[in-house]
Amino acid sequence: MNMIQTQPHAYKPADYKSAVKPVWCPGCGDHSVLVSFQRAMAELALPPEQVAVVSGIGCSSRLPAYTNCYGFHGVHGRSLALATGLKVARPDITVIVASGDGDGFSIGGNHFLHACRRNVDLTYIVMDNRIYGMTKGQPSPTTEPDWDTAISPGGTGVSPFNPLVIALASGANFIARGFTGDVGSCARLIVEAVRTPGFSFVQLLSPCVTFRDDQQKEWKKVTHEAMVPETDDPGRAARRLMSDDGFNLGILFRGHRAPYQPKPLADLDVARLEAEFAL
Amino acid sequence: MKSLDKPGSAPTFDSVAEFFAQALAIEIEAWERYGELADQMETHNNHVIADIFRKMAHIEGMHRDEIKRRAGDALVGGRPASFSWLAPEGPEAIDLGDVHYKMTPRQALMLARHNEERATRYFEAIAEAATDPEIKAFAQIMAEDERHHVVLVDQWLDKFDPDDPDWAEDLDPPVISE
Ligand SMILES: Cc1ncc(C[n+]2csc(CCOP(=O)(O)OP(=O)(O)O)c2C)c(N)n1
Ligand code: SF4
Ligand SMILES: [Mg+2]
Repeated sequence: MNMIQTQPHAYKPADYKSAVKPVWCPGCGDHSVLVSFQRAMAELALPPEQVAVVSGIGCSSRLPAYTNCYGFHGVHGRSLALATGLKVARPDITVIVASGDGDGFSIGGNHFLHACRRNVDLTYIVMDNRIYGMTKGQPSPTTEPDWDTAISPGGTGVSPFNPLVIALASGANFIARGFTGDVGSCARLIVEAVRTPGFSFVQLLSPCVTFRDDQQKEWKKVTHEAMVPETDDPGRAARRLMSDDGFNLGILFRGHRAPYQPKPLADLDVARLEAEFAL
Repeated sequence: MKSLDKPGSAPTFDSVAEFFAQALAIEIEAWERYGELADQMETHNNHVIADIFRKMAHIEGMHRDEIKRRAGDALVGGRPASFSWLAPEGPEAIDLGDVHYKMTPRQALMLARHNEERATRYFEAIAEAATDPEIKAFAQIMAEDERHHVVLVDQWLDKFDPDDPDWAEDLDPPVISE
């Protein structure tokens, strides 16, 4: 569990901002995720040096550079593996993972399943724009089958998968969905995700204004607050997520599974490790 | 203080200090947002719009300083940091999703105008609902300030011709549609 020693409002969102200026397209939802992240950290009053933001590759995965927390811009699809190692070795640090639908559900899909299953105390924020933004607009596992473009003529014809159902079936302890059009609500979801022990999965619908210029307006219209309150019953959550329209916003499941956290080995030191792995 | 749960509705305040804390938070948010948008436009080589947002940031920064001056001692006791970071954004912050890398000066200024008007209505509503005469008076001053900003933006808008219908055309588009 996160050992959050907070001092209310000791920090402002600007305290989590780095000097690096985001290169995201103006209007991209990822800008709002960054603001939500900063607000969430200020609300939690976590000292920046006690937070690590780990990512893979993609437009969304650039997020760590724009915060002044510790950051690790890793390998495509491997953010969860990196973050798991970090959290297990340093349970005192709050570890947040920033990813995209390509990074997290395509190449990183297998890591996603096992991160949910292991239930290490991580907060996994996936900026889902239903596209590979960085590589110029290829369909991802969440892209609609009839999304017809020059790069996918006639659409892929393949059903998208529902990452929230998969997270639940695989054992995630917290599942939520937000839309970047509402910065305050996204910040609230991140706060709750960090506060809930175990693996917390937050899908943030984050429009790509460059390759999917329809998304911004469309999602503003169709997203809505979930009608029913959050549940801790996986059965109820499963029924609900299976019939979900993909635009229900809020906390959709919060369970009570104890996080996986092996005891640190007291006798482990760097010299011994080096000796063990010496060639 | 009731936070900005419904921008446009009238929050009520337990003290003048809380009112100032809220007003200050709104101005800081707007100042930061304009600065962020100016940075974005600079990164994307739209220097004309970067300049407009930078000037708007400057105006909001002056307003922030003016509120601090007006608040004086009230702010010291007013726990300004009690503003909720999880509330919806304030009435003066431009929605991050409303900008475009090729946006025109008129579009940028219309966004600014929209938010100055929202802020005017917000402080008018507070002035109307307030029972404390001091809060009422300060809210009226704030509403007047925001009204003045609308006039400034209108004067600025007059300097620009109507938008070219092809304003969004990119000669080097990020995606080829055929
Ligand atoms: C091992 C490897 N394979 C493929 C790539 C190319 N690549 C870079 S980003 C990306 C997809 C990114 O999509 P997503 O995670 O949805 O991020 P977005 O850009 O949409 O935010 C791919 C396939 C890579 N960098 N590394
Ligand atoms: S290409 Fe799309 S996802 Fe990438 S920064 Fe631009 S709008 Fe955002
Ligand atoms: Mg994507």
